[in-house]
Amino acid sequence: MKFAIQVNTSPYQSNAGHTAYQFINAALAQGHQVFRVFFYHDGVYHAFKYATPPDDELQFTVQWSELARRYQVDLVVCISAAQRRGLLCSDEAKRQGKQDDDLADGFRISGLGQLVEATLEADRFIVFG
Amino acid sequence: MKNYLFVLRKPAHNGALVQEMLDIILTTAAFDQKVSILLLDDGVFQLKNDQHPENAGMKDTAAIFKALEIYDVNNIYTEVESLQERGLKSGDLCLPVQTFYRKDIAGLMKRFDVVFAG
Repeated sequence: MKFAIQVNTSPYQSNAGHTAYQFINAALAQGHQVFRVFFYHDGVYHAFKYATPPDDELQFTVQWSELARRYQVDLVVCISAAQRRGLLCSDEAKRQGKQDDDLADGFRISGLGQLVEATLEADRFIVFG
Repeated sequence: MKNYLFVLRKPAHNGALVQEMLDIILTTAAFDQKVSILLLDDGVFQLKNDQHPENAGMKDTAAIFKALEIYDVNNIYTEVESLQERGLKSGDLCLPVQTFYRKDIAGLMKRFDVVFAG
């Protein structure tokens, strides 16, 4: 089955993002496909490159980057939600006359059209958070 | 083409939630998909008339909802009990809504391809 996933909560607001991560791993392990993971609302906080939690805690952003690298899962962050919250990739920062480079490896920034496309392509769409 | 139901359950003026959900709803409609909205629980407040949030520096969420008509989003559903529990009548809302009893909501949801939790 082909899944589309949306993550709406930040790592420290709720466990929903981590639950989504575990769901995706379980789905892939059983041979399902994950067409796209879309980070919206406070879910964009999963994509901050410079989040630096203590070593003995879960490394949420690193886990997502590894997931993208290992399984080529498409991790998309909504551009308008990201900009509201100060998450800018280097290209976008330059366009805005700023110097940020906040986006972690394996994520890309795009628009809501990517979410609509994912819901159209997938057999099941699941919202976490 | 798929048939979408957006289920809104959170009150107005809850961070950027209402604005960001409306962005998704309008984008989905702009992609020529069939879009309906279901307001449950405190979500009914999102459509309430006579908000004055500008006093607190916020946007009138009911006014943003009126943009839905431009995108042909005319199917707005709500739940009888959600309105009653909050002392509201459908006339207190800024757009015409169709009301369903709580026992019939599951059946309503079954009519859609994508039930989008918001």
